[in-house]
Amino acid sequence: MSDSMSLSRVRVATTSLAGCFGCHMSFLDMDERLLELAKVVEFDRSPLTDIKHCGPCDIGLIEGGVCNAENVHVLREFRRNCKTLVAVGACAINGGLPAQRNHLDLGDCLQQVYVKRDGVEEGGVPDDPELPLLLDRVHPIHEVVRVDYFIPGCPPSGDAIWKFLTDLIGGRTPRLPHPLLRFD
Amino acid sequence: MGGKFLFDGRPVPFEEGQTILEAARAAGHYIPHLCWHPDFPPHGSCKLCVVKVGGRHVSSCALPARDGMEVESNTPEINGERRALLQMLFVEGNHFCPSCEKSGNCQLQALAYELDMSSARFAHFYPDRPVDASHPDVLLDFNRCIFCELCVRASRDVDHKGVFALTGRGIRKHLVVNAESGRLADTDFAVSDRAADICPVGVILRKRVGFAVPIGERKYDEAAISSVAMEKGE
Repeated sequence: MSDSMSLSRVRVATTSLAGCFGCHMSFLDMDERLLELAKVVEFDRSPLTDIKHCGPCDIGLIEGGVCNAENVHVLREFRRNCKTLVAVGACAINGGLPAQRNHLDLGDCLQQVYVKRDGVEEGGVPDDPELPLLLDRVHPIHEVVRVDYFIPGCPPSGDAIWKFLTDLIGGRTPRLPHPLLRFD
Repeated sequence: MGGKFLFDGRPVPFEEGQTILEAARAAGHYIPHLCWHPDFPPHGSCKLCVVKVGGRHVSSCALPARDGMEVESNTPEINGERRALLQMLFVEGNHFCPSCEKSGNCQLQALAYELDMSSARFAHFYPDRPVDASHPDVLLDFNRCIFCELCVRASRDVDHKGVFALTGRGIRKHLVVNAESGRLADTDFAVSDRAADICPVGVILRKRVGFAVPIGERKYDEAAISSVAMEKGE
């Protein structure tokens, strides 16, 4: 591929924060349309590439809410680099099912899983500085950075993601018609 | 004496005493609503039925129609206000549709689809009100309540039991069960009550029947609420 060709392509980065990778699987559910997409899109940082940090991009697709300190750093890196940042899926939009921990005490949760659970004999709550600390609550990404568009669904269908991306890349305001707009 | 008013530019006849919403529906025009129900008097809490009359935003469920009125309903301005109201309802509660049994059959969700709501935009409140699973047949998830009072009205006026009430002020307003213990099991509530079936969202749920309807066959899967509600007279 020549440099001029790569320059003309739309650069897309993707990441999963407090996500389940289901939105990325839905992205892959575009099936053979991925080949169409590959003609106009070049991927930057993504679980599907080996690029470690997000460079300047046209579109950033974010799956998952924000549940720990590393999520905050990654999200800010994407916002700095992506012209258009998109919240993909219920978790990125409202915290999703992981936000059902928001009414529980975080210390109690960690104690329950790492100390009090049957079969756990020793160790305790992991405390290595290598590990990102959890936030006391799970947040939608729009509470941390500005978000340009939202694709709802848990996950959004491959059809919905295709419709959104083709609208956006084609220069149209992205819009999901009734059958593609789902929260569940 | 009745007359005619203009609804989004189309003439709608009405009879004396009919509200804008009633007359518009009788003429086949849907107006979004959550707390209004054809079997009950207007309530006026959800404000989704807002329309513009003479430059003012009014509740069409409560305002009697008058001859020569010009009513705007399906306009970008009014639908934008409705969308903002829906967004407020979504952030006030825990509306995690992916795990809600009412998903696909929920009026709040269906209206959000109808009005092109892609996110709730505001900061979420994440309320913490414990579930009441004490009753053998029915479960209450108070974090999804939109305070429409339909269960309160149905239980009081139809079932003559008075099982439910709203209490508290402002953002602390919440649904309660009228029993000394506060538990549904300690009332004479029955699954055959009118109040058991009237919740437009996922607060009052029958036990052991969740997720019985396949995706694609739920109430609002095939058609938008604007057509479903008119067909079923809701």
